[in-house]
Amino acid sequence: MTRRKITVAVTGLNNIDSPGPGIPVARALKESTEFDVRIIGLSYETLEPGIYMKEFVDKTYQIPLPSAGTAILKDRIEYIHSIEKIDVIIPNFDAELHNFIKIQEELKSVFGIATALPTQEQFEERHKSSLGEFGEKYGVDVPKSKMIFSNSEIQNLGQEFDYPLVVKGKYYDASVAASPEQAMNYFHKISAKWGLPIIIQQFVSGNEVNITAIGDGKGNCIGAVPMRKLYITDKGKAWAGVSLEDDKLISIAHSVISKSKWKGGCELEFIKSKEGIYYLLEMNPRFPAWVYLAKGCGQNHPESLLKIALDEKTPVQKEYESGKMFIRYSQDLIVSMKDFEKISTTGEF
Amino acid sequence: MKVNRNLAISENGFVFNPTTGDSFSVNELGALIINKIKEGKSEAEILEFITQEYDTEKATIEKDFNEFIKILSNHQLIELYD
Repeated sequence: MTRRKITVAVTGLNNIDSPGPGIPVARALKESTEFDVRIIGLSYETLEPGIYMKEFVDKTYQIPLPSAGTAILKDRIEYIHSIEKIDVIIPNFDAELHNFIKIQEELKSVFGIATALPTQEQFEERHKSSLGEFGEKYGVDVPKSKMIFSNSEIQNLGQEFDYPLVVKGKYYDASVAASPEQAMNYFHKISAKWGLPIIIQQFVSGNEVNITAIGDGKGNCIGAVPMRKLYITDKGKAWAGVSLEDDKLISIAHSVISKSKWKGGCELEFIKSKEGIYYLLEMNPRFPAWVYLAKGCGQNHPESLLKIALDEKTPVQKEYESGKMFIRYSQDLIVSMKDFEKISTTGEF
Repeated sequence: MKVNRNLAISENGFVFNPTTGDSFSVNELGALIINKIKEGKSEAEILEFITQEYDTEKATIEKDFNEFIKILSNHQLIELYD
């Protein structure tokens, strides 16, 4: 079969110890059976390893930080598009999604660049701080949680929550606190890094299981693969994991994606309690860094995302292989100063 | 009792539970017991088989067998009937 030529821009090239999903997405796309993909990397920093990984990223352009706003982002994309003729953009960072969601219509109508992103409303309602309402709306169990804005609220938490409890940042970071003193400590640590509010969550003991999934925005869950982490780094990232066979979990994922009419890739994080109840801890609004495992199990989610973005018929994939493992590794790239100079001074490599 | 659906056991006694992601290593006798359960043999049939194969007192075999079955059940590798 002749593969169709397509140019896809991806972000998240920070293939470090807390990796972004950009390189796994690019890798899965390079192995697509339907598309012959030219990958355009969009980077924020000059030391993102993906910039120099030429087997996955054909050309990289720096883009402005999310805090710069949408106008400057649009200008930069217009420039990159004038050279590369981008067909699809896949943003892979939580923090940049707000901007891309905001300009997705314009990207399509002005430049003809397709995306497969959730609506602003869908993006907002699955925020950690709104998890309770999300669970109720879509019929999925969630641990009890509460937002707090000041450390003075910690003393009274014992009236509503049992210790240990989980102290979480708005975007990232979570720590289990066994006492009000520990909760206070984590409150300061996490809020200094990620700001307020801080989310206090009921601690549920059990096994953590995650799902990488993709929705077409019309109520269909196009694919879902569950995974259990086998080795976790000090940053809480999976360094090894195994695909699971769990019909109940898959059916919960299909139900959430279907009822919320989610569009694009996502990661659902669950705790399976000893009683066998699945509690949704988080819904991340983009592919996880381990999304290549789905490809290894027989479901190429990034490839499906291209078809959804291009508004093409995308069949629901139910088959996948369980018992497939991923083991992450790190390797030093040798880079010439000339290459580093090029991305540093011209913003292109 | 029955083995959980799709439990994988290799010739070397490496057991993988695809529902939980756990993996275990069992010895030759452990693998034999799991495979007998998989074949649908009853507890009495398996005990009878082991008693004939191994030169050990029946009471000891029964005690060890029950302990092993408990471990398998605790790790959700088999389901026990009431």
